[in-house]
Amino acid sequence: MITRKRLAAGACALFVALAGGVAPASAADGPPKDSPKVELVLDVSGSMKARDVDGQSRMDAAKQAFNEVIDSVPQGVRLGIRTLGATYAGEDKALGCRDSEQLYPVGAVNRTEAKNSVARLQPTGWTPIGYALRGADKDLDVGGGTRRIVLITDGEDSCGQPDPCDVARELAAKGTHLTVDTLGLAADDKTREQLSCIAEATGGTYTTVHHTKELSGRVKQLVKRAETPVETPRPTQGGNACATAPEIGAGIWTDRETFGEHRWYKVKVKPGQELRASVSVAADRAVERDYGVLVRAVGEGGQELVRGSDAGSGRTDVIASGLRHPVYRAEKDDTRARTVCLEVSQSFAAPPSVKRDPGLPVELAVDVVKGPDNPSDLAAFGLGRGWVLLLVLGGTGLLAGLLFGWLARWRVAVWREN
Amino acid sequence: MRFTRITRTLGGLLLAGAALAVPAAPAVADDEKPAPTEAGTAFRTAVAIEQGQKATADASTGDYLYWQFPAGAGQQPTVKATVTLPEASTRNGDATWRLDVFDGLRRRQACSSGEPLRRAAREDASVTLTCTLRTVRPWAEKWSNDPLPGAYYVRLTVGDAPDRDMGLPVKAEVEATAEDAGGARAEGGSLGAPLHAKAVAEPEDGWDGSWWSGRWGWTLGGAVLCALAAVGGYTLTRHPRRR
Repeated sequence: MITRKRLAAGACALFVALAGGVAPASAADGPPKDSPKVELVLDVSGSMKARDVDGQSRMDAAKQAFNEVIDSVPQGVRLGIRTLGATYAGEDKALGCRDSEQLYPVGAVNRTEAKNSVARLQPTGWTPIGYALRGADKDLDVGGGTRRIVLITDGEDSCGQPDPCDVARELAAKGTHLTVDTLGLAADDKTREQLSCIAEATGGTYTTVHHTKELSGRVKQLVKRAETPVETPRPTQGGNACATAPEIGAGIWTDRETFGEHRWYKVKVKPGQELRASVSVAADRAVERDYGVLVRAVGEGGQELVRGSDAGSGRTDVIASGLRHPVYRAEKDDTRARTVCLEVSQSFAAPPSVKRDPGLPVELAVDVVKGPDNPSDLAAFGLGRGWVLLLVLGGTGLLAGLLFGWLARWRVAVWREN
Repeated sequence: MRFTRITRTLGGLLLAGAALAVPAAPAVADDEKPAPTEAGTAFRTAVAIEQGQKATADASTGDYLYWQFPAGAGQQPTVKATVTLPEASTRNGDATWRLDVFDGLRRRQACSSGEPLRRAAREDASVTLTCTLRTVRPWAEKWSNDPLPGAYYVRLTVGDAPDRDMGLPVKAEVEATAEDAGGARAEGGSLGAPLHAKAVAEPEDGWDGSWWSGRWGWTLGGAVLCALAAVGGYTLTRHPRRR
């Protein structure tokens, strides 16, 4: 026991030494190439002068929050900063609506440099949110890793084109796993609607900010959230029938499906295995009140094997369902893998004003596990319970005892007679 | 004389059997790991919690908050969520909060009791939602939607609130506990693997529940009773004084 402990301690020490030897080298190069990326997009338009956040101007509140965020950026996160409306103060809409630049490139953060560049900002121009979002998406095109944009603004887009909400949906549909979280410094209806729409389109969140503390706390939380490791889904494109469906294996997959569309996928399952599939379809835009989802597993002959469905109404982010389908051995040494087709459909509907393209995001989690699924006994290992059981057992015992007793008496009587 | 002794012994055995039939007290959760202070925003990012842990999260009204917790066969899980609402002065009206529970395959699970949907009046400071699931079964047919061992997702969100209240800060607290349903609900069979169990820790009694159930007490008690009754019956027929 003690020897083993010592051995373990030795191994630990060795590991620490090795890790220690390797760590400084990688730390010098900054976060690895596939580490999560966050870009803070800050509105520096003229309206940020308004002094309504804890008695200071919106701009000062944002600067203060940025300083705190820059100080607390986790090691593994690459951070960038982009501004919008920071340079052009004129009246020309064409120029004002292209006023968005990268203030700090996405990468390891030099705290002093980043803070200095933020400190120089002065509330100036227009609010080209859509244009800035496109720019931010380009900024994040460095290496792998998850992408997150945190948009901080105090007003709706003053440029109109491109519509920021459409831009967000378009960026999300590119399959680069982009999330946009929005923070509104002013609580007017239009800003809120627009920022909510942007967040909804990318699976992000919207927050109204009234105090500096809320702002810094929330941005810190969002940056930290980027650090949480998540399994990145792989893109796929489902077919419109079982025969033309792409074959997918275990893993998480994403696809897009427009209103009323059915998508098919194929999965190979060997006998003795169990197919498990979960599907969630996200409502990334305004949809009608009632909705549903249906996922069906269809066999080689076209017959339905099993289905999962759900329906609901009211506010929602996703509607999800799932199914499991064990494949039995037809004979003793049956090893032929069966093809199971998965059909995904949903009954979301949208008002005519809502854009249909790109389709709704579909997430498909597929797993194939070893699953005999053939329990020999469902009644708790054959154990019984209850007074009836005792009555039956006791009664049987008594009867058996009486029977044997009488039998013995009868035999003794017969023996005596002879 | 002998009869009384037999009845006494029988009574004693029955009592012992009854004592065995009482389900074991639920295990106390160890608080070694700190409770999470974050929530996920989708099924894929759901934050794993343990049974008995109180997870908290700061969020905005309108966020969808996801957690996941493990539950094994024979347990009846209860999820309790408390939302501390934004200051009443910043709110514009009543809000309905909603708690949804899904199994590891993201299939919606029914709340057999509890209040998963509640309307909070404008002046309320907090709202508490509860959802008690059906008893988790070790196995079920593939067509059924019965709760199975594995992970369970919890989703907490505002179902209906004035548009102007969206985005206001809230605090959420979630706790998942489970009660042992006891021998009356004990079942056999097992799944090839628990549903989506990679993300969560196995419950103390294992995914398939503990091998022990009150049914052992009843069955053994029954066997003993049977044997004694047999001996009793036999003795009845062969009166000692006659021999």
